Amino acid sequence: MSTPSLKKGAPLAEGKRETFSSRKLFILSAIGSAVGLGNIWRFPYVAYENGGGAFLIPYLVAILCAGIPLLFLDYSIGHRYRGSAPLAYRRANRKAEVLGWWQVLICFVIAIYYAAIIAWAAMYCWFSITKAWGDDAATFFMEDFLQVAPEAGVSLDIVGGVFGPMLGVWLVAIIIMVAGVNKGISRANGIFMPLLIVMFLILVVQSVFLPGAIDGLNAFFTPNFEALANPGVWAAAFGHIFFSLSVAFGIMVTYSSYMKRKSDLTGSGYVVAFANSSFELLAGIGVFAALGFMAYNANSAVGDVATSGIGLAFIAFPTIVSAAPFGSVIGVLFFGSLVFAGLTSLISILEVIVAAFQDKLGWNRKSATLVVTLPVAFISMVLFPTTTGLYLLDTMDAFVNQFGILACALVIVIVFGAGLGMLPRLAKHLNRHSSIKLGTGWMVLVGGVGPAALGYMLINEVQTKISESYSGYPVWFNGVFGWGMAGALIVGAVLMSFIPWSKKSKLNDPEFEEHQQKVEAEELPDPVGKEY
Amino acid sequence: MSGIAITFMIISMLTIWGGLALSLWNLSRHPEKQDDDVELAPTGNE
Repeated sequence: MSTPSLKKGAPLAEGKRETFSSRKLFILSAIGSAVGLGNIWRFPYVAYENGGGAFLIPYLVAILCAGIPLLFLDYSIGHRYRGSAPLAYRRANRKAEVLGWWQVLICFVIAIYYAAIIAWAAMYCWFSITKAWGDDAATFFMEDFLQVAPEAGVSLDIVGGVFGPMLGVWLVAIIIMVAGVNKGISRANGIFMPLLIVMFLILVVQSVFLPGAIDGLNAFFTPNFEALANPGVWAAAFGHIFFSLSVAFGIMVTYSSYMKRKSDLTGSGYVVAFANSSFELLAGIGVFAALGFMAYNANSAVGDVATSGIGLAFIAFPTIVSAAPFGSVIGVLFFGSLVFAGLTSLISILEVIVAAFQDKLGWNRKSATLVVTLPVAFISMVLFPTTTGLYLLDTMDAFVNQFGILACALVIVIVFGAGLGMLPRLAKHLNRHSSIKLGTGWMVLVGGVGPAALGYMLINEVQTKISESYSGYPVWFNGVFGWGMAGALIVGAVLMSFIPWSKKSKLNDPEFEEHQQKVEAEELPDPVGKEY
Repeated sequence: MSGIAITFMIISMLTIWGGLALSLWNLSRHPEKQDDDVELAPTGNE
């Protein structure tokens, strides 16, 4: 009984929750969120360091046993309880609201520094044309471009070359967020994602034809089977998948709350997970082919030039751009890809915050977006385009990942698994309209393997971070912006959960209540197959 | 490239890109269902 207006999905009754107008747009947006900077600059090195070709085995095990099951946990909570993270968790259990605010605050911290990296990439896109870094990309990045202060600290000395592009990034992000789920998020992903894929494909093809590229690929794919006996390699695979798929950020809870009620959640989830991995594999090929060229050019081994993160993007790649034939094209494609991959992820991170406030305040999209994004952008613009921005970014990133996301994920799987015993209900919800049915296996993976893997990683991280000062920064610096920040997120989350929901808020949504009663009545003893 | 590196490259491509192809194929076999309640203001009828 579909009509054209049904297909569009947009004309909803007043006050009704926005929905992605099609499954395709949800999948594209979810992939846009999952495919971020980490896919391009983190995965290739993690795979290379942890067994090369043999890393495929722990990687696939991690996807199937932890990544996808945890993704489905996010989907089921967001889709069933149709809300931003705090609202969805509160609807599941009143006391769980605090976990949602924890995720909102984690996303706030990530958003403020993520925008800086996108701005750097945008500038490097431009620099690639003239190869502005000259012969020494490292000195150019640290001294000329970022003008990094000699010691870690907090300075308000603004670096103009970073401030301008960051302002641009925030402007674009805010315009997209104000436009909403369909006109903003969907449309942006509908444009940026195909662009990203095409640009990256061209980059990979160009890279594999560079001299020395084959040596790079050889280093990347040659398996080291002994690595498989090392528990650290397995932990690296689980850790990478966990961060790469954007599980437990609150992003997937929020996005799935915008899916239509009769969505194929598991079928869509498999596409998102494998698309994310497919992009990573492509990135591995492109990056190592380019590193092979870099090694060939420097007359050294691939292992000597292989690196990841900021060093790979802003020091190794400019060096490659300078030396390679048609280097400027490689530079524009590489940094352009970072911009698009980063922007689609930034949008999803901001949506966690915007949706939470929209639900709690009951405001319209535009007001809620502006009241959230303007202060976030302001804080970001004060802290990061400065001479100490790089130090802050480094510490905040390391600590928010481990003691924000990872810790929060562990609490969530314990609370929703063992604590509230909700997994059977959530499995039933996932199975309602999904093409791939889940059973006891999923519950064991989420309730058992999930906490074990996350717990192991967290304990390892606590030990590492306690035993040495992160990056050799002063103790007070890591104490305030690392440990202090991570602790403040928990305190902030508790405080936020004490603020009462207004009468106008989405907590009081008759449409949701009515639908939920029907669903719960149907779930009780014997499902009769009526679809809502 | 060594034989074993080529083998692992092919296995990686087959499992990961093949996994994507398989999940897309599965999704295409299950067309998107439309919600009953997305088009107009609720009329009281289901």
